[in-house]
Amino acid sequence: MNNDVFRKSKDGAFYFVLGVIGLVVLAGLGAAYYMEHHGHVVTGMTNQIVWGLPHVFAIFLIVAASGVLNVASIGSVFGKPMYKARGPLAGLLAIAMLAGGLMVLMLDLGRADRLIIAMTYLNLKSVFALNVFLYTVFFTVVALYLWTMMDRKMHAYSKYVGFAAFIWRLALTTGTGAIFGFLVARQAYGTALLAPMFIIMSFSFGLAVFMIVQAVMYRWNDRVLDEAIQHRMKNLLAVFVAAVLYFTVVYHMTNLYFAKQTDFERFILLDGGVYTNLFWFGQILLGTLAPLAILFHPDLSKRSSWIVMAAMLVILGGFAQLYVLLIGGQAFPLSIFPGMVESSSFFDGRIHTYSPSLPEFLLGIGGVAAAALITAIAVKVLPFMPEDKVHKVIAAD
Amino acid sequence: MSNDVDNSRRKFIAAGVAGTAGLVLAPGVTLLDMANARPAGEAASSTKRWGMLIDSTKCATGCNDCVTACGKENGVASTGRPETDPQWIRKIELKEVKSGKSHSLPMMCQHCAEPPCVDVCPTGASFKRADGIVLVDRHICIGCRYCMMACPYKARSFVHEEHDDQNPDVPRGKGCVESCTLCVHRIDKDLEPACVEACSAGNHGAMLFGDLNDANSEISKRIATYATTQVRADLALNTGVRYQGI
Amino acid sequence: MINPAKRRSVLGWLAAALSALLLAGVMPATAADEHGAHSGHKLIAKGDKCVRDEEYMRRNHMKILKHQRDDTMRKGIRTTQDSLKNCIECHVNPKTNSVASSKEDFCMGCHTYAAVKVDCFECHSSKPKAPAVGMNPIITPEQQSEGKDKQSSLSGKMRWQMQAKQASLNMGEGVK
Ligand code: SF4
Ligand code: SF4
Repeated sequence: MNNDVFRKSKDGAFYFVLGVIGLVVLAGLGAAYYMEHHGHVVTGMTNQIVWGLPHVFAIFLIVAASGVLNVASIGSVFGKPMYKARGPLAGLLAIAMLAGGLMVLMLDLGRADRLIIAMTYLNLKSVFALNVFLYTVFFTVVALYLWTMMDRKMHAYSKYVGFAAFIWRLALTTGTGAIFGFLVARQAYGTALLAPMFIIMSFSFGLAVFMIVQAVMYRWNDRVLDEAIQHRMKNLLAVFVAAVLYFTVVYHMTNLYFAKQTDFERFILLDGGVYTNLFWFGQILLGTLAPLAILFHPDLSKRSSWIVMAAMLVILGGFAQLYVLLIGGQAFPLSIFPGMVESSSFFDGRIHTYSPSLPEFLLGIGGVAAAALITAIAVKVLPFMPEDKVHKVIAAD
Repeated sequence: MSNDVDNSRRKFIAAGVAGTAGLVLAPGVTLLDMANARPAGEAASSTKRWGMLIDSTKCATGCNDCVTACGKENGVASTGRPETDPQWIRKIELKEVKSGKSHSLPMMCQHCAEPPCVDVCPTGASFKRADGIVLVDRHICIGCRYCMMACPYKARSFVHEEHDDQNPDVPRGKGCVESCTLCVHRIDKDLEPACVEACSAGNHGAMLFGDLNDANSEISKRIATYATTQVRADLALNTGVRYQGI
Repeated sequence: MINPAKRRSVLGWLAAALSALLLAGVMPATAADEHGAHSGHKLIAKGDKCVRDEEYMRRNHMKILKHQRDDTMRKGIRTTQDSLKNCIECHVNPKTNSVASSKEDFCMGCHTYAAVKVDCFECHSSKPKAPAVGMNPIITPEQQSEGKDKQSSLSGKMRWQMQAKQASLNMGEGVK
């Protein structure tokens, strides 16, 4: 029986972990209520930095959600048995993280009580509304996909639904990237490059999350992940991380090419203070170069704990990257009158400051916890543990 | 509705008319062309496009008359927390990098004909009225702030805290986004926006309000005669607020 | 180890909890409908009759307000009869100068009893604007159109005189 994920002897520990995660979710909800009650004045967000830390968390979760599904797609669409065995877990993580991300996004709204309006009044021209549609269909398709993968009678359809999920996932991430791509007025965002960049980021973050969750599940069950599988996944992660690096370089190079963007690039790359540090140390050093070094190291790359470490660094780098893109992009003032120096009582022409507050952080981490909670409960009641018939895997690949 | 209700009120007709008229005119107010007045029961129409022309050469550094008038009219007051305080209109001081020439001018919602804030709004709360005025319908605004991200002029503000000192004509509250309404409640009563009125009252004459669709309006004539600019014209938003002298 | 039967029961429990939550969400609304017309509350009103039948207003005032709200907001139609401002002018509690600042006030009397949240005054002022002297806020649609005709048929001069008179009546009131 393969659903013996959490063995009886560890039941106590499981409920303890579940309780802790639940508390974090509650803290997030409490924070949202606090923000809603007092207004956003209690957060670090201002009329200059209008999207803050909650959005960094939400976007990370949504992007990673669509990326994690990649694991399942490789299995169903491209017919690799090793990934096929991981399909259900990937589908579950996708649903859980999307739910967590949307929770954060919704609870941060100025009028979170108007959720019904958000769903009933739709301006079809809006990329945001488009995203609401994309997310809803995503949930449905992934749920169907899970069903076809987990129910023997439905196996035959798995490939088709898997293909639909694969396409939809690309659309979803493109949509998330487009949220920024449409902001033509802002120097950090108005580029079509953001959509493909978000897709490749999603592959990288999603796989990293998957590898960590998988490692936790194996460890909990005292099982060892087959070396060949581990090897393949870490190589794939390395490829994705390198691809994100490539896109980052292209993004900044194209910006540098356009004269009007050089000020902004100077800000991010040279004298943006916290954003510059986050970029070079967070995103590039810790989030890209360090994991690449681990994943290609002849020795370390064979040790599962180091691989998990690398995946964690990728996630850390992902947060840094989104923080720089989102907050850093807003911190740099709008150029309303190009070629002139602006000043006003509304902070025109000045670098905007942002210091995230505790409620914002709690709300964001609450979303992560919500995703973890959904995953933990589902893994407990349904068989999500990957089951490999190792020799077959190797032969088929 | 029943007839006796009508009859019971008939005596108030005169008073009602007088009241409506009284609302139209307050002492010292410049009237727009009365022949064009739109009755209260008629919808705003696209035959008009309200706009503004701001002459920065007449706008003095340090003068804040328009900003003060706007705040008073719309109940937008400072709380002493400048980073979260909404600003519907602000004075911007400019200095040309090359020549060092300086300008001073008011900046507010430009009432774009192709408003990005309307395009991005997920619920349709941000919308453009038939006569070109861009507004936020706070009844369906969910406070996502996407419009603030999209506006190239930083014209929109999010209301970060509770207010209970609203002008009955200008509802506004916590959790929604707001911006210059071009004093739509005044325009509907045939009055000029408060900022324009204050600018004339102070004898600065830097702001002119009128119908861009009417070739004979003062504003259209001036735009046809002098070199005027739209801010960030490269974005091709066809702004309703135009500038002269920059 | 969880057997399929136990798994099913967990899922069933979850479903039950969810539907209970949904039901709880619906309950207050029905309660409000039943008690909307409770009689213990003293109504405050300046005029002798409301713009519609009282019974009708009890149940449908929100529909009227919502209709007017969209007309005014979206199209700039500013007829006064069904406007929230008109309601407030007439139903203001003289003691508090508001319709929603205390339980005694017109709106809150019923709304607290029925436990239905009023969202209006999050943004709208619950106080009347200093009224013009001699002006009754209630005008029926017929009167409205009559008034409009009269207004537009006035010669410029007469109009000016009326306005001047009105202005002098409103001295210092700051009517905008
Ligand atoms: S100036 Fe900004 S808020 Fe005003 S219409 Fe244009 S985009 Fe919208
Ligand atoms: S904040 Fe309100 S008006 Fe602005 S985009 Fe969101 S829903 Fe629309």
